[in-house]
Amino acid sequence: MNFSGLIHDFGPLTITGLAQGAIIALFALGYTLVYGVLRLINFAHSEVFLMGTYVCLLVWGLFGLDQNSATPSTIAVIGLLLLGMVVAIVASGATALAVELVAYRPLRKRNAPPLAFLITAIGASLFLSETVGVMTKRNITGVPPLIRPRDVFVIGNMHVTNLQILIIVLALVMMYVLDRFINRSRLGRGIRAVAQNPDSAALMGVNKSRVISLVFLLGGLMAGIAAVMYDLKIGVTRFDAGFLLGIEAFTAAVLGGIGNLRGALLGGLLLGVLQNYAAGLFGTQWLHAASFVLLVLILLVRPTGLLGESLGRARA
Amino acid sequence: MSEASSSSEKKTWRSNGGTRGWFGRQPGWLRAVVLLVVAVLAYLLPYTAEVPLIGPQIVTQGIDWPSALFNMSYYVLLALGLNVVVGFAGLLDLGYVGFFAVGAYTVALLTSPDSLLHTKWAWAAAVPVALAIAMLSGLLLGWPTLRLRGDYLAIVTLGFAEIIRISATSSETLRGDRGFADIPHPPGSGSDGKPIFGVADATPYFWLGLSVIIVVIFAVRNLDRSRVGRSWLAIREDEEAAEIMGVRTIKFKLWAFAIGAFIGGLGGVMFAGEQGFMNSNSFVLQFSILVLAGVVMGGSGNVAGAILGGALISYIPDRLRGIEDPIFHTDLFGFRFAIFGLVIIAIMIFRPQGLIPSRRRAMELKDREREVAPIE
Repeated sequence: MNFSGLIHDFGPLTITGLAQGAIIALFALGYTLVYGVLRLINFAHSEVFLMGTYVCLLVWGLFGLDQNSATPSTIAVIGLLLLGMVVAIVASGATALAVELVAYRPLRKRNAPPLAFLITAIGASLFLSETVGVMTKRNITGVPPLIRPRDVFVIGNMHVTNLQILIIVLALVMMYVLDRFINRSRLGRGIRAVAQNPDSAALMGVNKSRVISLVFLLGGLMAGIAAVMYDLKIGVTRFDAGFLLGIEAFTAAVLGGIGNLRGALLGGLLLGVLQNYAAGLFGTQWLHAASFVLLVLILLVRPTGLLGESLGRARA
Repeated sequence: MSEASSSSEKKTWRSNGGTRGWFGRQPGWLRAVVLLVVAVLAYLLPYTAEVPLIGPQIVTQGIDWPSALFNMSYYVLLALGLNVVVGFAGLLDLGYVGFFAVGAYTVALLTSPDSLLHTKWAWAAAVPVALAIAMLSGLLLGWPTLRLRGDYLAIVTLGFAEIIRISATSSETLRGDRGFADIPHPPGSGSDGKPIFGVADATPYFWLGLSVIIVVIFAVRNLDRSRVGRSWLAIREDEEAAEIMGVRTIKFKLWAFAIGAFIGGLGGVMFAGEQGFMNSNSFVLQFSILVLAGVVMGGSGNVAGAILGGALISYIPDRLRGIEDPIFHTDLFGFRFAIFGLVIIAIMIFRPQGLIPSRRRAMELKDREREVAPIE
C-alpha cells in the first residue's frame, strides 16, 4: 500500500486515467447499445475493436509509415488521422454487421435461449482474434508516431498532453452526437422502441431487423474511433488487445448501468481513473484485478449499475 | 411400399427413444455388461495404434498418444465439472479455469521445493487439501454472486478467473512465469522397483485419470437423479418459480458451484501431478472458454455429451499438431482456437442442442422454436 505515492501522483494518475477511460467509454457503448436492444452480451465486440486497430495501421502502412518513421507534417497528420478513423470505422462497422449476420441472426430466427447467443459470440470472437493472431505470428505491431505527446499545460505535476486532450474531447463529442441521435432522430426513436418492447415496436411498423443491424453498426462505429485512439495512445497493438480491453469496457458498461448510454460514459471514465488509483496504490500489475474487484463490489451493492438501465424497459 | 415401411419403422425407432431408449429398456445385467465393455475398451485406448488400418489414423502425431489421452482425460474431467454448473444448474460460469488453477497451485505450493512454504509434501498428501481449497474457492465465488442473473454472473466469473491469473502472474508467492518445478508425481512403484508414474510414459496417468472420471461420472449421475439434481433442473428452467415451489435456490446454487469447483480442482491436481512443472501461462482465459465450448458442443446437461465434448476439444487440436498448413506454413495447432471458433458457431446454428443432447433440453429448445412470433 503506497498512500503517499498515490497522493503525490494524484494529478497525473487522474489525467491518464481519464484518457484511458474515454477510450473504454467509447468501446463500452457497443456493449451497452446491443444489450439495451437485444439483452445479450455481444462478446465479439472486442474483435470489432481489434479489427479497427489493425485496419487503421494497415492503411497507414500503405503510406510507408511504421513505428520507426518520423512524425509527418501537421497537415499530413490531420489527413492521416481522418483517413485512419474512416477506415477503422468502416472496418469495425463491417465486422459488427458481419458478426450479427453470421452469429446472431440465424439464432434469433429460431428464438434460441440466451446462452446460445453468448456461445456463438464467443465462437466469433475466438475465430477473429485467433486468425489475426496467426497472421501476425502473435507478435505486437507498432504504431507510427503520428502525434508526439507534448505538454499543453501543466498543473502541479500534472502534465496534460495534446493527445490526452484529443482523446477526451473526441470521446465527449462522439458521446454527445450519439446521445442526440438516439434521443432525437427518427432512427433513434426506432431503437428506443425496440429496446422497450420488441414485439409492440414491430406491430407499430418498426423494422426490427434493421434496427438491430443499426445498433450493431453504431457500436462498431464507436469502437472504430476508440480503436484509432487506442493505437495512438498505447503505440502498439496485438491480437488479444481487444479481448483484454473488452473485458474492461464491459465492466465499465455494467458499472454505469448496462443499456444506458450516459452510464457507459460515466462508467468508462470512472473505471479508467479508479484503475489508475488502484495501480498507484498497489502497483501496476494489479490494475486489471482492481477493475474486477470494483465490478463485484458494485454489483453487490447496486446490481443495475450507477445510473440504472434506461435504454430499455425496466427489468421484469 | 418398402419405402413407406422403412420410414414408419424409423419413426417408431425414434419415438421409442432411439439407441438410448433401447438401452434404457434392457435388463439391469445387460446394461452393466455393456457399460463394463465400454469401460474396458476405454482402458485399452493407449494401444489404439496396434489396431490395423484405423489405429494409425486415430493416434496423434505431434504429441505421443498416451500424453494426448491424458490431456483428454483432464479436459473430460473439467467438462464434467462445468456441466454440473452450466448444464445442470444453468449458471453460466466463464471462469472455470480458476478452480483448475486453484487445485494445481495448491498442490504446487505444498509439494514443490520452489515453494515458500517448504513443506515438500508428497503428491497424494496434498490432494485432499487442494480439493478442499478448490471447493472453498467455489463457495467463495458462489456466495457473493448468488444474487446476479445470467449475464452478470458470466462476467463476474470471468473476472474471478482473471484475478486468479493476475495473482499467479504478479504475486511473489505464486512465482509468475518462473513457475514451480519438481512437483512430485503420484506415488506407487511397480514390481521392478521403478515408479509407476514416471516421466517417460503417460499411460499410467491416463489410467489414473480414467479411473477418476469413472468415479466422477457415477457421482454426477446419481446427483443429477437425486433431489439435488431435480432442484438444479427447477432452478435452470425458472428460478423464481423454483423458489416459490419451496426449492432452496441459494443452497443448491452454492452446491452446484462447490461441486463444479471440486471437479475442476481434481483436474488441476492431476495436471500438476503429471506435468511436474507449471507456471502462470498454463491458465489462460481461453481455456475456460474452450471447456465451455466443449460442454455446449457435446450437449449441455448431459453427462455423455460433456464427456464427448471434453474429449473432442482436447483431441482435435492434438491431432492437428505436427501437420503443416498450406497457406501460412505454420503448425495447424496454432489455428486450433480459430477453428474452434468456427466449429462452435456452426454447431450452435445447425445443432443447438449439442451432439448428444439432454433429451429434456432438446424438448425445451423445440418449445421455444414454436414460440417464435412471425414478425421478422
